[in-house]
Amino acid sequence: MRLVAPETVTFTQSGFCPGCGHGLAVRLIAEVMEEMELSEKLLAIVDVACGSLNIDSWRFDTIMAAHGRPIATAVGVKKVRPENPVMAYIGDGAAYSIGMAETMHTAIRNDNVVAIVINNSLYGMTGGQCAPTSLPGQITTSTPKGKDPKKAGMPFRVDQAFSGLDIAYLARGSLADAKGMVQSKKYIKKAFEKHMRGEGFCLVELLSPCPTNLNMTPVKSVERIKNEMIPFFPLGEFKDKKEEA
Amino acid sequence: MAKVLLKGNEALAEAALAAGCRFYSGYPITPQTEILEYLSWRMEEVGGEFIQAESELAGINMVLGAAAAGARALTTSSGPGFSLKQEGISYLVAADLPAVIVDVMRIGTGLGDIAQGQGDYWQLTRGGGHGDYHTLVLAPASVQENADMMAEAFDLAEKYRHPVLIASDAAIGQMIEAVEIPEFKEHDINKFDWTIKGCKKGTEQRKIQNVYYTHPDYEGYLSEKYRQMEQEQRYETVQVEDAELVLVAYGISSRVCRETVEIARAEGLKLGLIRPITLWPFPVKAFEEAKAAKAFLTVEMNILGQMVDDVKLAIESKYPVDHYGSIFEIPESDGIIAKAKEMLKKEGK
Amino acid sequence: MAKKEIICAGFGGQGVLTAGMLLINAGMEQDKNVLFYPSYGSEMRGGTANCTVKISDGLIASPISKQPDILFTMNTPAIDKFEERLKPGGLLLVNSSIVPEDRTYRDDIKVVKVPATDIAAEVANPKGANLVMLGALAANSDLFSIEYMETAIVSFFEKKGKGKFNEKNVACYRRGVEGK
Repeated sequence: MRLVAPETVTFTQSGFCPGCGHGLAVRLIAEVMEEMELSEKLLAIVDVACGSLNIDSWRFDTIMAAHGRPIATAVGVKKVRPENPVMAYIGDGAAYSIGMAETMHTAIRNDNVVAIVINNSLYGMTGGQCAPTSLPGQITTSTPKGKDPKKAGMPFRVDQAFSGLDIAYLARGSLADAKGMVQSKKYIKKAFEKHMRGEGFCLVELLSPCPTNLNMTPVKSVERIKNEMIPFFPLGEFKDKKEEA
Repeated sequence: MAKVLLKGNEALAEAALAAGCRFYSGYPITPQTEILEYLSWRMEEVGGEFIQAESELAGINMVLGAAAAGARALTTSSGPGFSLKQEGISYLVAADLPAVIVDVMRIGTGLGDIAQGQGDYWQLTRGGGHGDYHTLVLAPASVQENADMMAEAFDLAEKYRHPVLIASDAAIGQMIEAVEIPEFKEHDINKFDWTIKGCKKGTEQRKIQNVYYTHPDYEGYLSEKYRQMEQEQRYETVQVEDAELVLVAYGISSRVCRETVEIARAEGLKLGLIRPITLWPFPVKAFEEAKAAKAFLTVEMNILGQMVDDVKLAIESKYPVDHYGSIFEIPESDGIIAKAKEMLKKEGK
Repeated sequence: MAKKEIICAGFGGQGVLTAGMLLINAGMEQDKNVLFYPSYGSEMRGGTANCTVKISDGLIASPISKQPDILFTMNTPAIDKFEERLKPGGLLLVNSSIVPEDRTYRDDIKVVKVPATDIAAEVANPKGANLVMLGALAANSDLFSIEYMETAIVSFFEKKGKGKFNEKNVACYRRGVEGK
């Protein structure tokens, strides 16, 4: 593992809470860009939620788009600048709740953009409300007695919902430990490789810790990913169009 | 270029391409759908990108991305669909992004109906989305003006790095007239440094976000920007100088009112017309010409007389202002004249 | 002719909208102001179709015609709907192939009956009934001269790449001018 961060990581004072997973995702994306020599080309679109803080933590030309719309915005960017890698970086609430239509239809059209979806099983920026990815029984500020699947449904699994679509790539990694991060980086890189070959829509979901809103220590919150989240959200590659061909 | 016969909606679409627009994303809704249909085949011919978006929300947010990437980008809708665009329009304003958004107005509230209407004045001129903003609004009254104002809208949008709205309506959108499409020009997506294109090592990263986060003097900057935009008042006046009653109408209604003035004057009734071409900024300057006016009458295809307040502000409420609302129908001169006579009678004329 | 307002109406498929387009194209090529306004909306196939046409030397105001100078009707419902609106002294063109002969009309208007559908069938140009009607229109109004209207029709279809039908189109038009 490298010790020197890529040049595109800014190290400006971070707005992220201690133990947050966003910084890890930034580092992985920046490393992949450097390895692929795309650092000067990447066009990034972030959501307005916690992930928006990345506009300052990386040195890519970046748009902060409306909540839930970064994937649609990324489609607009890519059509105008087809030579550049274009990535939407968003949370699970943006991707699977308010922006579900945008995510789904970008997948249906198989538009050539990369979506990195940070799944922390809740709404972080607004203080830890229930998300489509919240686990059954999960205490959140909007499910104080625990999420009742009878009312709010089971956690949304993008692998189940999207793997039947004609998209280029679909994978889920974890940011809970070194092994998970190595694997996640591989997924991110593969997504960008396919993207640069023009294969179409690539979505990589990353299970990410949010100790603040889970009222946990950073260590406990990564343990929760391994012990509680992964059983609902299996890791791996679910769609790899070229391999199928 | 020779004149051709085009629907108003088609003229808007073709003129957008002539103005260098190479990105469109929209969603079907009557009575603007011809714009989408026309661009679905025509955009490809000029090497641009056309997307039929999954919703108006997606459409406007794709436009935001395309605009940030440097394209001249367009989306179009009507009434209820235009309301959905408001989210993105507000974000375009916040991030200092140019784009053109067309509202081919239809009548009513909620779903309303597909008939022509002018019920979107408030949502067009008041900053219909979240927050503290205005957008420039151009109101064409003919198929030719649909074409001419499209070019102007893109230029203004770039001049101010601000979205510009075109307030067309179903009548202008559906009618066919002879039109001369302005000459084609290409737009360079690298014309401006601020557009995202990839951050070269050692150079400043480009951030397209709410200017509030980045501008050292946000309030001063925006106040000055709006002060300058307020100078962009455009209007036409017809025999206003000696008019005892001045009609105020835009778009298709203004065409009728021009004829109304002629008919009324032939009867000895001194009417005049102020036709706002920019709905925002409202052409306050035009009212200085109304030196003999005793009353003002807005002529609009709506129920509530949405423009009345702006007229009252323009004349500082010194004279009565009323409203002739034809609602579902395009206004007719005899009705307008009857209402004008009634108003003047009340004023003791 | 300073200003003329025409309403063209009939069944969808009878070519009333094309007739309207032919008229404004003829007007445009004489540098007149022209306007065509279709009825639009969720209308069904085979239903009624109509359009308003205005041709003027001056500016055109509303796209609506409250009192047309000419009514170009291709079926009975079109007459039912618009006859009342026709300007006193105005011209009503009737497709007598399908409108009952015993139908009565306002007595302050000029009614011209042409068996347009039959003529078009005789000329083996079933889609040309609208052109027969245009012939009758040209012969019975001062909108355009008979010769000019024919030239304008020919050039319209040529511009559309449909010039090869022009021989039969002209045949329809000329029969319409004759009125039989």
